[in-house]
Amino acid sequence: MTLRKISKNQPENFQFTKESLEEVNDIIKKYPTGREQSAVMPILYIAQKQNDNWIPLSAMKCIAKILKMPYIKVYEVATFYTMYNLTPVGNNFIQVCTTTPCMIRGAGKIVEACKEKISKNENELSKENNCSWMEVECLGACINAPMMQINDDYYEDLDKEKALEILDQIIQGKKPKPGSYKGRLNSEPENNRKTLLDLKNASR
Amino acid sequence: MLQDKDRIFQNLYNDLGSDVASSQKRGDWVNTNEITKKGRDWIINEIKESQLRGRGGAGFPTGLKWSFAPKEVGSRPHYLVINADESEPGTCKDRDILRFEPHKLIEGCLIASYAVQAHVCYIYIRGEYFNEGQKLQIAINEAYEKKLIGKNAAGTGWDLDIYIHYGAGAYICGEETALLESLEGKKGQPRLKPPFPALIGLYGCPTILNNVETIAVVPTILRRGGKWFASLGREKNTGTKIFCISGNVNNPCNVEEEMSIPLKELIEVHAGGVIGGWDNLQAVIPGGSSMPLIPKEKCETLTMDFDSLVSEKSGFGTAGVVVINKDQDIIKCMARIARFYKHESCGQCTPCREGSGWMWRMLERMARGEASKDEIEMLGDVTKQIEGHTICAFGEGAAWPVQGLLRHFKDEIKKRNNFNPIVRENKNIPYLVDQHLLDKNA
Repeated sequence: MTLRKISKNQPENFQFTKESLEEVNDIIKKYPTGREQSAVMPILYIAQKQNDNWIPLSAMKCIAKILKMPYIKVYEVATFYTMYNLTPVGNNFIQVCTTTPCMIRGAGKIVEACKEKISKNENELSKENNCSWMEVECLGACINAPMMQINDDYYEDLDKEKALEILDQIIQGKKPKPGSYKGRLNSEPENNRKTLLDLKNASR
Repeated sequence: MLQDKDRIFQNLYNDLGSDVASSQKRGDWVNTNEITKKGRDWIINEIKESQLRGRGGAGFPTGLKWSFAPKEVGSRPHYLVINADESEPGTCKDRDILRFEPHKLIEGCLIASYAVQAHVCYIYIRGEYFNEGQKLQIAINEAYEKKLIGKNAAGTGWDLDIYIHYGAGAYICGEETALLESLEGKKGQPRLKPPFPALIGLYGCPTILNNVETIAVVPTILRRGGKWFASLGREKNTGTKIFCISGNVNNPCNVEEEMSIPLKELIEVHAGGVIGGWDNLQAVIPGGSSMPLIPKEKCETLTMDFDSLVSEKSGFGTAGVVVINKDQDIIKCMARIARFYKHESCGQCTPCREGSGWMWRMLERMARGEASKDEIEMLGDVTKQIEGHTICAFGEGAAWPVQGLLRHFKDEIKKRNNFNPIVRENKNIPYLVDQHLLDKNA
């Protein structure tokens, strides 16, 4: 199990903005009447997006009221799932996969790059105050290992130099192109394609 | 090698584009109502005849699963839930289906919903696949626009709504009942079975749960016939499968191949061989991290399907092949997998919650060479205490890779670990409990 820590600095109040509330109402409609509790996970995401990528306790209370469910149930969900950040993280949140398939292809080097460029320890803000990084479990892009996720985007087929370059750009506030950094098309075998050859590059 | 015309996922690498128009060119959504006109029983029988087995890891026959859904809809509605919570280390096939073949999945959802009489389908995607989920949402919106789903979907007379629900980074939600709990807005902790979801599932209603790949191959099977699908592979292990070959190979890739393909062909032909040559191969994890590894000697002749891997005391799982060569420390690799399971245990059952941490800590020490010889047996014992003593199969998933290591690489562990816990020979260890045994005069 994972240990989730709640931030010590909690804002007093949390209010959904008008746009967020519209989104919330759309989401609740996806589930049958009387089963509004199902919407708790997507709504936690909305709260997280609105509140600089982390969820304060006051947001959980607010969600409990909207969905008419006990606050503790929202708290349970928010602390169970690892993608809900319960402490402030950088605007650019970098997650490096270090599970075995990435590890044996050199994910350690990507971690080193993060340590050099961002902060010595995980979950610490960089000196520019706009990035933080952490090691995570399998992100499901094993054939494009090693890789990292920055916010929603996957950066694949990395090595240390490429990771450093990407991080440099991120720190400067740019958004590098996501995807494979080996120049291959998605998950095809690089320069070794034996299947679907007639279709290769058909659309380009 | 499988011929290109028999590959179901023509757009696996996104050569052709994933929008509805190009999908239709590839044969999706062509006369879907002709299929449903033949009736539920025909669909289920055809799937049974194709001997399609679930692609999510357990390999349960899909036609049989569908036939468990109640024949008549009672007071409770039926649901179809698609499991796209792909988090097994070594597996990334569903990601490419979501990105590049979303219409195969959506059409499969329609046919499956019709067969099990569901009007609502939820697709549970892992939270990290946000972009993939957005691509699928675009495809769903396209399908609504073209009236392929919604009211009277694709002219079949059947109403279907499809919703996406994102997970939030919990591996355990790939287990079907944990997924349902999560979908209901609770912690993802598995339920006891029985009752099985086919009778009491989402919101207490009959629910059929299938993996993305299982559902995505259904339309093609029904178009080309169950016999065609059954003619590929071998008895009870039929059809095609997307293999994900990762780890120490020259060209890691996803590739759709026939079931029962030799492992060596998969690695040598499609993945460009092991880094450092075939002789540099140490071991292969054949079906995602939960399956016990297979040492090199057996890899020579191994064929990749459910039954042949069971006879090697491993499993086909999700067909995520992780190749480990001799440059890697095999104990460290397994210790990292044990850490994964320690991190992802949901904490509901004590043997798994505590045992997964035990296994990780013991393996870490063994990787450093700080364990004693007795501990090797003890580690085996711990795995046996977890296996079969938990609500869901996560316990087995955590214990099996360690058992596989002990089965095939015990000598390696023994060679490295010579720590002798007897105090007399280790006087300089102050924290040992039995300090009083020290010979004061020596």
